[in-house]
Amino acid sequence: MIQGVPLQHILLLTTLLFFIGVYGFITRKNLFTMLMSVELMLNAVAINFVVFNAYLFPENLQGHFFTIFIVSIAAAEAAVAIAIIVNVYRNIRTVNAERINEMKH
Amino acid sequence: MENWSYIIWILIIPFLSFLFAALPGTKLKSSVSGLVGIASILSVAILSYITAYSYFFVSGKIDGVFQKIIAFNYVWVRFSEVLQIDIGGLLDPISVMMLVVISTISLMVHIYSWSYMHGETGFARYYAFLSLFTFSMLGLVLATNLFQMYIFWELVGVSSFLLIGFYYEKPSAIAASKKAFIVTRFADFGFLLGILLLAYYTNTFDFITLTDTNGTLITNPVAATFMGASVLTWAMGLIFIGGAGKSAMFPLHIWLPDAMEGPTPVSALIHAATMVVAGVYLVARMFPVYLMVAPDALEIVAYTGGFTALFAAVIACTQHDIKRILAFSTMSQIGYMMLALGVSGYGGEKGLGYMASMFHLFTHAMFKALLFLGAGSVIHAVHSNLIGDMGNLKKYMPITHITFLIACLAIAGIPPFAGFFSKDEILVAAFEHNKLLFSIAFFVAGLTAFYMFRLYFRVFWGKKQAYHHAPHESPFIMILPLILLAVASCLTGFIPFGKFVSSDGRELLVHTHWNIALPAIGFALTGIFTAMAFYKKETNASTDITNALGAVYKWAYKKFYLDEVYLFVTKNIIFNGISKSIAWFDKNIIDASMDGMALVTNYFSDKIKGAQSGSVQQYTWWYMAGSIGIVIFVLYFLMIK
Amino acid sequence: MDILSLLVIIPILTIIGIVFCQTQKQTRIIAAIGMSIQLLQSLYVVWAYLKERALGNTAEMVFTKNYIWFETWNIHYAIGIDGISAAMIALTGVVIFTGIFASWNIKDLSKEFFISLILLSMGVFGFFISLDLFTMFLFYEIAVIPMYLLIGIWGSGKKEYSAMKLTLMLMGGSALLLVGLLGIYFHSAPGGGPLTFNILEISKIDIPVNVQLFLFPFTFIGFGVLGALFPFHTWSPDGHASAPTAVSMLHAGVLMKLGGYGCLRIATFLLPDAATELSTIFIFMTGTSVIYGALGAIMQTDLKYINAYSSVSHCGLVLFAVLMLNKTAFNGAILQMLSHGLMTALFFALIGMIYGRTHTRDVYKMGGLMKILPFLSVCYVIAGLASLGLPGLSGFVAEMTIFVGAFQNESLYHRIFTILAISSIVVTAVYILRVVGLLLLGPVKNKEYLSLKDAEWHEKLTGVVLIIAIAIIGMAPLWLSDMIMDSLEPIMQKLTSIK
Repeated sequence: MIQGVPLQHILLLTTLLFFIGVYGFITRKNLFTMLMSVELMLNAVAINFVVFNAYLFPENLQGHFFTIFIVSIAAAEAAVAIAIIVNVYRNIRTVNAERINEMKH
Repeated sequence: MENWSYIIWILIIPFLSFLFAALPGTKLKSSVSGLVGIASILSVAILSYITAYSYFFVSGKIDGVFQKIIAFNYVWVRFSEVLQIDIGGLLDPISVMMLVVISTISLMVHIYSWSYMHGETGFARYYAFLSLFTFSMLGLVLATNLFQMYIFWELVGVSSFLLIGFYYEKPSAIAASKKAFIVTRFADFGFLLGILLLAYYTNTFDFITLTDTNGTLITNPVAATFMGASVLTWAMGLIFIGGAGKSAMFPLHIWLPDAMEGPTPVSALIHAATMVVAGVYLVARMFPVYLMVAPDALEIVAYTGGFTALFAAVIACTQHDIKRILAFSTMSQIGYMMLALGVSGYGGEKGLGYMASMFHLFTHAMFKALLFLGAGSVIHAVHSNLIGDMGNLKKYMPITHITFLIACLAIAGIPPFAGFFSKDEILVAAFEHNKLLFSIAFFVAGLTAFYMFRLYFRVFWGKKQAYHHAPHESPFIMILPLILLAVASCLTGFIPFGKFVSSDGRELLVHTHWNIALPAIGFALTGIFTAMAFYKKETNASTDITNALGAVYKWAYKKFYLDEVYLFVTKNIIFNGISKSIAWFDKNIIDASMDGMALVTNYFSDKIKGAQSGSVQQYTWWYMAGSIGIVIFVLYFLMIK
Repeated sequence: MDILSLLVIIPILTIIGIVFCQTQKQTRIIAAIGMSIQLLQSLYVVWAYLKERALGNTAEMVFTKNYIWFETWNIHYAIGIDGISAAMIALTGVVIFTGIFASWNIKDLSKEFFISLILLSMGVFGFFISLDLFTMFLFYEIAVIPMYLLIGIWGSGKKEYSAMKLTLMLMGGSALLLVGLLGIYFHSAPGGGPLTFNILEISKIDIPVNVQLFLFPFTFIGFGVLGALFPFHTWSPDGHASAPTAVSMLHAGVLMKLGGYGCLRIATFLLPDAATELSTIFIFMTGTSVIYGALGAIMQTDLKYINAYSSVSHCGLVLFAVLMLNKTAFNGAILQMLSHGLMTALFFALIGMIYGRTHTRDVYKMGGLMKILPFLSVCYVIAGLASLGLPGLSGFVAEMTIFVGAFQNESLYHRIFTILAISSIVVTAVYILRVVGLLLLGPVKNKEYLSLKDAEWHEKLTGVVLIIAIAIIGMAPLWLSDMIMDSLEPIMQKLTSIK
């Protein structure tokens, strides 16, 4: 609960953040930037959890727990994803998502 | 009551002989199969003579009426509770008479072929087919019911097909055999419909039940009509179509001249003496039904017969192929038989036409087989069918010449040869019944004498031919049947035929009607002398007349262009018109619509295939767009309202 | 072990045996042994059936067995035979036996080939012994599916297209069929109680007429597609043309009979009111099949196409006879199935043998084969004569029975179509004689053919066995037709009860 800042503003921020992530994920071809966009979306969602918890149900803590889960899983996921991307790069010398189509044909 | 069960051997023996000759294929020595064939037909002939003797002279008659005897009868297949096909043997005067005719002619032909076909590659096959034919023909005449007759009717058709196409490497023989089979098949279509129609209304195929003059069919005929005619007239008319096809009546005659592509002894057996009279036999078999419940159909029989007699005789005057002349003459003579049946009544003197028809069938078989076998002997010597290649053969082939002359006199109706007696009865019967048909028959009698003697003089007299190697008389084995048949042609006329065969089974006393016979003889002699004048010596008279007749001659020579009409109908209309368009329709409409369904499916799958690109970004885009769409939808339509 | 289940088990054992084979020789010997036993077993079944009847067993079906299979929906493995199925079993036995010998020299993947072929035959046997609609449908699918592989892998010509077309059209048919069968199932207990798939039980109840009217087209067309019902017959020419010999034999000889059998045993028997009311429409379709197939065959040039169209015509006659709804015609339909099965198997076997030698099926390219291949040619002529209905061979008995039966219907509409159907005997003669003339007779067209060898022992065996079967039916049909007639009694009772 931040004094003077209404819930709507924060929600506006997270929405913007989320759609920036979506936009990045849809338009970027680079796997790294796509991963970063996913992180943006995750963080937007995480903020939403915290904010809703703090503003609407201050006596409960589920939102906070969930956020911690998200952060830790995001860390693990980032590690795995980056490992895959690095391996992909090693094998086919590119991180462009559109050109990774070896398995398609 | 005598035991007739041995009759079954008349059928079994030729069938076994067929299997014996056919099954080993080429492994059997050809002479063995020939000997077995001859031996089997000899035993059949002996059995037939025994049958004829005991039927006609010993035990066939009860109270002066020849009985219809069922010698044996087995159920072959059951259609329903009432309808079934039996295979059996029916003995009555005409079937016994036919047994004698068939086995005699067949025996002659079997013997004759031994020499005629000597050295042919398909010798065993030939004898196998001959046995098959003999078997089927005997089965046909012994039939106890219409359907058995139809069965053997088909079998004689197929044996005729096989024998016409005996020289299977010759395209003309193949075409002729096909034509014979298909034309008669077409006629059998009518026959079958007739049988089914008749059986539907009478619930039986059985001859004895059907032709019983006190039976329900005749005393109480079905009243149903179709298109203005009684259904029975339809049925009998359709059955006659079958008979007309087999007996080469106009307009279903076109196969017979072509059938001469077969070996000559075959033509003698099948296409002169036995199979082609099956139609006459059929009408005779069903005669009471024709006369009493379907007189209109009988009228058709009479006129078809009369017209064919005239039509074929006219064509015969113009042909150049010895076998074709004989073929047309056969048609013409069968026309006589049909005519005689058509003008006949039932019982006593009224049944004269019936008797005359059967009598003519009997004598005709003898002299026509003789003519064909004689022609075979000539062809054997000259190696040609065309009378243009023959001439003055009397010097080289004296016995053939004499026997041929006897046969010509017989067919021309000169006493005391066989043809005179039977033809006279036919003329008398026609005279009493229908003057128009009588005048046709009378005229044809003269025409017959003319064209037969045209043939005779062209072949045995006429100009001296320069033969490559001198023709010589045929070997004894071929001469023997000629002599026997010549004797038969001389003597059979004196058989008091009416004593044995008549419409109602009672004795019919016949005597020569000289008031009709004498003019007929005179007319026939005129024909003979005309032919003699034209053809005995090499003269220009015949060509002059030909030229004078011009178009008419050409018409007749081309057989009135009927073949061309048929060819047009089958080839252009049925093959190219109907069948091709069906093939096209099937491929381009029906099949295409099935393929079309597949194509439409394919098209749409191709269109929506792009949606499944495998690109996660694209999926996300659709996902987002969809979610936003749903959110807007929910907010706008559901919440706000 | 009951003798009917053996009919299914023997093929399975043979398949297992084949799995362990190493070489092509072993494979075909195992297959031949297995199918010889199967042939003997199917003949034994017929004999046992006749004996059972002679002993006075008048039950509708004999040798019945019933095991529950899937209790929730009351699906049973219910088997039993009557004269009709006994006859069809014998036919299948003969055809699969000869089919093995006709594919004696198959080289590629022979193991897989024989497995698929025997699997197919197992489906057919299972179909004919089943009394439970569901198991019946199951076996039906077992019989249809291997066809795709058999044509797609071992076929010739545009085989992928044909295999796809055939399978899809038959699957379409079975989709319709499934609707029909489930519809029957859901109306199988009108008074409450458990639903059933059992044919005998369903035949005892009366399905409401409006339901029947709805279900009959599904069932009839569903089976009809397999019986080459016009206009759903186009899989047949392409399918047969591409299929390997034994598959064509089995397909035309036996599989197409599943259609006719189903139309009689299920569509007509279980839905008699609808059959009576809707027969006019279907008579039009089947009557068209008969004459259309025959006319279509006249101008074809590929031997297999000719035969495929001829099959359309002959199988059309089967369905036509079923719709005539009287005992004689039903009897004729069964006889025609047997007769057509045998002679078309013979035809396809011979075409395969000729094709194996000349490597063409175009009738205009061959000619004069009688001189070079006398055995095969004589067999071909006999098959042709059987096809055009020569007395003494099977076709005649069957066709005549159908015609006599069809003529029992007096209405003008029936008469017209009956006459049309009868006229096919002339057209059949035309196309058969055309082929015989072009293919076998006349001078030898291609000098290369002069060195061809006539039939080998296994080919002779195939031909002789089929010809003997054709001749037995043709010459002594009485026992067979009586056997079938007796078994038609329940169907007739059901039909007359509604009139």
